[in-house]
Amino acid sequence: MAFLSQAALELDELIAAVSGPGRGAVVTFLGTVRDHHEGRGVSALGYSAYEPMAESVCAEIVAEAERKWPVKVALKHRLGDLAIGDSAVAIAVAGDHRDEAFAACRYAIEELKRRVPIWKRERLADGSVEWVGAEAPGSRPQAAGNTP
Amino acid sequence: MAPTPAASLTRTIRVQLFARYAELFGSEFVELPSEGIHTVADVLERLRALPGGEVIGTATLVAVNLRQAKPALPVNVTDEIAILPPLAGG
Repeated sequence: MAFLSQAALELDELIAAVSGPGRGAVVTFLGTVRDHHEGRGVSALGYSAYEPMAESVCAEIVAEAERKWPVKVALKHRLGDLAIGDSAVAIAVAGDHRDEAFAACRYAIEELKRRVPIWKRERLADGSVEWVGAEAPGSRPQAAGNTP
Repeated sequence: MAPTPAASLTRTIRVQLFARYAELFGSEFVELPSEGIHTVADVLERLRALPGGEVIGTATLVAVNLRQAKPALPVNVTDEIAILPPLAGG
């Protein structure tokens, strides 16, 4: 499964991909484009990615969640230009019981936000355009892998 | 055949840039002469010296071969190196 999509996200497809007769709990998360950010009006968003790395890290996150909990995980992130209300990220997790499905879904979205190389450019209501994500000298959100 | 010393001096390390950094540098990649570049930290130092490079710091995220890399990680001309602005997915 490709984790990045230029096309609209279909949550039903993700649910179908993880559902099964033994899995009595399906938890979903849908992240949608909101019309404000830090007190300012937003009229549209554009997402771009370092695609090969983003695909690879998404695959790692899904594998990690499926190792940590007895669940099946599907996720997709949208790229390109999005309007207010469009789905930017969709996650479906199915397990035998709700506890592990909720936990794995939370893990997947938090790790995606922390580790997947995707960037967001907001078109603000006043017509200006800004990349989201303040430069924070000295901060290092994540430095996993490739440790010398 | 082994490369001549002259050829090895002209080898370059190609660095990919994304999003805001691509705008600041005016390009989606830069090529740095590989001489003297041994680690991720060396790559960041070279980039900082370029026009638009003021935004690059010691804590800037770097990926080597699709994985986030620490400053001390050795690099060479065959590695796929990318400089990542603050992530904003989701």
